[in-house]
Amino acid sequence: MADATAGTDPKPKTGSTADLVRASLARRNRKQSTLQVLGIGAMSFAFLMLFILVASLVSSGYQAFTQTHITLEVFIDPEEVPLERLPRGGFDDVIEASLSSVLEDADPNDRATMRALGSLLSNGAQFKLRDRVVEDPDLIGQTVTMTVPVSDPYDQLHKGLIDRETPEQFRRLKNFEIAWFDQLVAMEAISKPLNTGLISNPDSRFPELAGLKGALVGSFWALSVCFAISFPLGIGAAIYLEEFAPKNKFSDFVEVNINNLAAVPSVVFGLLALAVFIGWFGLPRSAPFVGGMTLALMTMPTIIIATRAALKAVPPSIREAALGVGASRHQVVFGHVLPLAMPGILTGTIIGLAQALGETAPLLLIGMNAFITSAPSGPLESATALPTQIFIWADSPERGFASRTSAAILVLLGFLITMNAVSIYLRNRFERSW
Amino acid sequence: MMNDMGNVGRDSAASEIKIQARGVQVFYGETQAIKDVSVDILDKSVTAFIGPSGCGKSTFLRCLNRMNDTIDIARVEGDIHIDGDDIHAPGIDPVQLRAKVGMVFQKPNPFPKSIYDNIAYGPRIHGLARNKAELDEIVERSLRRGAIWDEVKHRLHEPGTGLSGGQQQRLCIARAVATEPEVLLMDEPCSALDPIATAQVEDLIDELRQSYSVVIVTHSMQQAARVSQRTAFFHLGSLVEYRETGQIFTNPEDPRTESYITGRIG
Ligand SMILES: Nc1ncnc2c1ncn2[C@@H]1O[C@H](COP(=O)(O)OP(=O)(O)OP(=O)(O)O)[C@@H](O)[C@H]1O
Ligand SMILES: [Mg+2]
Repeated sequence: MADATAGTDPKPKTGSTADLVRASLARRNRKQSTLQVLGIGAMSFAFLMLFILVASLVSSGYQAFTQTHITLEVFIDPEEVPLERLPRGGFDDVIEASLSSVLEDADPNDRATMRALGSLLSNGAQFKLRDRVVEDPDLIGQTVTMTVPVSDPYDQLHKGLIDRETPEQFRRLKNFEIAWFDQLVAMEAISKPLNTGLISNPDSRFPELAGLKGALVGSFWALSVCFAISFPLGIGAAIYLEEFAPKNKFSDFVEVNINNLAAVPSVVFGLLALAVFIGWFGLPRSAPFVGGMTLALMTMPTIIIATRAALKAVPPSIREAALGVGASRHQVVFGHVLPLAMPGILTGTIIGLAQALGETAPLLLIGMNAFITSAPSGPLESATALPTQIFIWADSPERGFASRTSAAILVLLGFLITMNAVSIYLRNRFERSW
Repeated sequence: MMNDMGNVGRDSAASEIKIQARGVQVFYGETQAIKDVSVDILDKSVTAFIGPSGCGKSTFLRCLNRMNDTIDIARVEGDIHIDGDDIHAPGIDPVQLRAKVGMVFQKPNPFPKSIYDNIAYGPRIHGLARNKAELDEIVERSLRRGAIWDEVKHRLHEPGTGLSGGQQQRLCIARAVATEPEVLLMDEPCSALDPIATAQVEDLIDELRQSYSVVIVTHSMQQAARVSQRTAFFHLGSLVEYRETGQIFTNPEDPRTESYITGRIG
């Protein structure tokens, strides 16, 4: 059409609009299909990576969702466990005696054999027995049935993770130990139930006893504190900035800084928390309360940004309608705009909390990676959190922690997926068209 | 059913001045949308604003209840008095002003709440009803005046946004009259309505005129002629001509007015 000025003929030589469209149609369609191919390619790549991640986690972690247990009849010998010495007593000895009585070629008088027998069971077995006897001292002199985890090497053996073909000197279990275990299996004393201890036990030095309870409770407290602080403050700040603050240089400055805050590396928040909360205010280390406050610092910008976007998305016609019938600004915001923005705000909040749940670096800095063998009973007690627990386990040398690390990551991913699913549900449930 | 040209101009002489605007100028940022408009709007009468699209009718209408305050870049200059009170005086709260000067917007904008709550919202926040029965009564009366009662009486608790465009606009009219304003500003209230609903709204306007001052923006010359006693013609942000409706349509003074009403500019 540009040549209309050059030529004498005002009509373009290519012909009518329909012809022009037809000529360019192939090129336009090609562009569209290129875009489509690129998009599908990018998506497939992302899905492939996600699949590989989850598959590798499942393949290495699924073993941790079961735990090999042994069921034993234990005679509580009054000589080894005298009533007057409770809660002390030779609980390990009675267990070893019971094992040696059922196993062939286990000489109860050979100390080395007895030590090897003792390491068949998890170290926690004797404490479990002790707790039972302390609770009910009448058990002394009787035979009790107990089901306890076997120790990590036998668990590995039962799950097929120890190769019997490996020469004995490179194996964690000697031939006679494997023979014992096979005898126990033949006696049907060995079972492999669902590993509820993974969720219900606190951390432990022994992988077969280690669980996520402390980390789950710690994360729960940290997230509760994080929510309690960042949700009201974030929404309040966003409402003020969006609805009431005068638009000037200062509010621009605040806005830029909030956006920057959202991009600050989390480790920096950890350092800040270490200096301010623990250094100045003298709050305890390793406490979920401090962790929650630290996470709140990081979640707040996310919530502010999400809330402002949600408030902006409420059409001005609704505000005008309310103002038109004489509502005050306060009534417009709290009666109309905020309720309409709530689904968006909640979605942003949940996504912010999900980020906080997976955040590791700041928690490491405030000491939430301590080795703690009991679940915290309040937000001020020392605890770990899910991601820091994964960090601790990933760092542990015992083989049993390898699969537990993967299992813990799967648990964390499970929570994240649930939270994101809730946010998607909220978004769809309350989506509106004006 | 509809009022015809015959009753144009009746009893407008008996009216008092309700709104007095002097030297009103409105700027959106650097651009001036209203240039030095002075106008007296009478009580107990209907005033129509006509003019080509973009000439500033809505902008001027929104000055009258300080709706332009809510637009950051808008700046209003000049004096507007309602009942002799300066609406920009420091003591005047826009909330108070808007309770007295109701508005129906160009685009229907029901709240995404139930039909009932749409109407009840204004009376509730102003405390116009002492109990549920009174509120129910206000809702029914308002919906009847908005000519929509029969269509919605069985679905009062369904969302107002689920109505058709024309029904939504009548709902908005009902919402505006529910607070019993003294002045009702209507920005093209009938642009989404069919002839029957339009006629009903026009009847409503005629009824409201008995007690209120109504200002209506319209693109329909016939409508202006049917419902209004006085008509103001705006062009490019200026008030070109403001006279009794009968005179402006039969005997326009300004050539621009004549071109517009005969369809030559617009
Ligand atoms: N929010 C705004 N920001 C900037 N400019 C605006 C705004 N609202 C209106 N204007 C401008 O002011 C002028 C007058 O607009 P206005 O809406 O008052 O016209 P109108 O006479 O109501 O037109 P219509 O008949 O199409 O509704 C137009 O040029 C418009 O572009
Ligand atoms: Mg308009």
